[in-house]
Amino acid sequence: MTNATIAVDNGVNVEALLGAREALTAAPEAAGFIWRAAAEWKGGTHTESSVQRFFGLGEEQSHVQEFTYDTDHPEIFASADKGSTPVEMILVGLAGCLTAGIAAVAQNRDIQLNSVKASIDAPMDIQGILGIDSDVRNGFKSITVNYQIDADASEEDIAALVAQSQKRSAVFDIITNPTNVNVVVNK
Amino acid sequence: MIRNGKISARLAGTTDVIVIGAGHAGLSASFLLTQNAVPHVVLERGEIANAWRERSWNNLKLLTPNWQTQLPGYNYAGDDPNGYMSMPDLIAHLEDYAQQSNTPIHTHTTVTSVRKDGNTYRVSTNRGEWRAHAVVIASGACNTPTVPAVASDIPDHIEQLTPHDYRSAADLQPGGVLVVGASATGMQFADELLHAGRKVSIAVGEHVRMPRRYRGKDVLDWMDRCGILQQRYDEVEDLNRGRRLPSSQLVGSNDKAILDLNSLSDQGGQIVGRLMGVNNGVAQFSGSLRNVCALADLKMKRLLSTIDDFIGDDASVPATQAFADTRIEESPQLVCKLDGESIRTIIWATGFRPDYSWLDVPVLDRRGHLQHDGGIVASPGLYVLGLPLMRTRKSSFIFGIADDARHISNHLINFLQSRTGSNSNGVHQHDFGQPRYRRSA
Repeated sequence: MTNATIAVDNGVNVEALLGAREALTAAPEAAGFIWRAAAEWKGGTHTESSVQRFFGLGEEQSHVQEFTYDTDHPEIFASADKGSTPVEMILVGLAGCLTAGIAAVAQNRDIQLNSVKASIDAPMDIQGILGIDSDVRNGFKSITVNYQIDADASEEDIAALVAQSQKRSAVFDIITNPTNVNVVVNK
Repeated sequence: MIRNGKISARLAGTTDVIVIGAGHAGLSASFLLTQNAVPHVVLERGEIANAWRERSWNNLKLLTPNWQTQLPGYNYAGDDPNGYMSMPDLIAHLEDYAQQSNTPIHTHTTVTSVRKDGNTYRVSTNRGEWRAHAVVIASGACNTPTVPAVASDIPDHIEQLTPHDYRSAADLQPGGVLVVGASATGMQFADELLHAGRKVSIAVGEHVRMPRRYRGKDVLDWMDRCGILQQRYDEVEDLNRGRRLPSSQLVGSNDKAILDLNSLSDQGGQIVGRLMGVNNGVAQFSGSLRNVCALADLKMKRLLSTIDDFIGDDASVPATQAFADTRIEESPQLVCKLDGESIRTIIWATGFRPDYSWLDVPVLDRRGHLQHDGGIVASPGLYVLGLPLMRTRKSSFIFGIADDARHISNHLINFLQSRTGSNSNGVHQHDFGQPRYRRSA
């Protein structure tokens, strides 16, 4: 029986991330990215959105293919329910961002992840969007992310992973901090 | 005077080394230069310990215990080793040090420019120009309070102060106070204002939580003993981050074991997230409060367990102490209308930065930070002292200056030797470098 250490592998290329960090520290202008999405109304409350192209590292970039997403509302809103609600898409983005961050931080800290699962609850009072009570905000009252993580690490190290992932998460920042939003109608 | 069509400033003098600033760093450098018989002068824009004199806060005390106020050749010898110096105490201490060291100091001499001229530095001041082979920047890390851009969106009827303006609770307009920043300065202001019966909110971003005392000793004492403060700048994983780390939540007092957000909550203080924006007169606080507190709690636990590991099973040391995780209310406030009712005053306890506006040598990076390798600046003969994590984690404290000043002065002396080509014992001769100077008529 050997005591050889098994290399931690969460499938995240940390060397590439750290290399990018170093390169972009030296050339911060290349760190300017522009993310894009396109959307088209399909009828009712159904919209089809797509992403493919984005800008980064000083030039136009592309995903390997176009990805499309349907958003709609459920039948109890008298809608056709052809996709998730837009607010659920926000939760999808948050879960995707935090979980990717956990994997990357774990890799960097030599922590093997065995399974990472999250469930998110986001209460909302729809009196806001329905215009019933102007004191009620349109958006979520709060968001609670519950993680179940099985990893070869102590409880505190796992807590630190999750905390560090939030600290470096774009979606967490987008949700927790204000952003100026410009919506323009082109003639 | 005008010669050959050029305006040349009055020459104040030539020497080997100019030390800029007569705080703990400049005085320490000067002491070591004198010990090595290196001709030099210390230029000070005001009086000894000027940056400390400019701090307005009546109750400001050092965050390090008196016994740690160790300078090269001069240690604290008073009768309260575990106390914390007030500003008058510290100023007197540094004045005594300068007097005992016969520091060649020129007070009320403000440096307006430092530039390279061939192999020498020209140091312009309000009292003429100095020339020297080498310059030690010891002008301090905290010249100017940092105020975030959001301050310009604060409505006019809100009183705004920085730590350079705040004197005491009694001087503020009546009403509630928002303290922005939860590092040593903000925490102590919030604590003092709550004691004075003010309604206080504190906006909390990333912070470093630690108890003042732990297991019978000052926490800095433990950090020194177990080697944390000896960690070198070139061993730190993320040096930029380490150098920007906010000051620990410490207080210059032994009254309580810990001054933390829980103790402010206990006194009725309201804890809110980092101030992110002001929109139509409404302040917006970040929803990340729970996470920044979780990060600080986790880091404090790691620090204390490092100390526990160092202590081991030493039965003579008091038992381990646990500190409750930071309590955050169910739904912390996210917005606050700045209508002058709930908040009348905002205090920006958002850090300080050094002022290098007079430095005309291209050694600042794009963010205005001085580029240096452990105090050796990227221009031969230029040095800096007294910056956070300059050579070790100890560099951020007064008691870290002795090691740093020794290292820098040794490097500087070698530099002067190589510059002047003097032999190995030339350091102790007064004449090196002198022929290189030509006094202008």
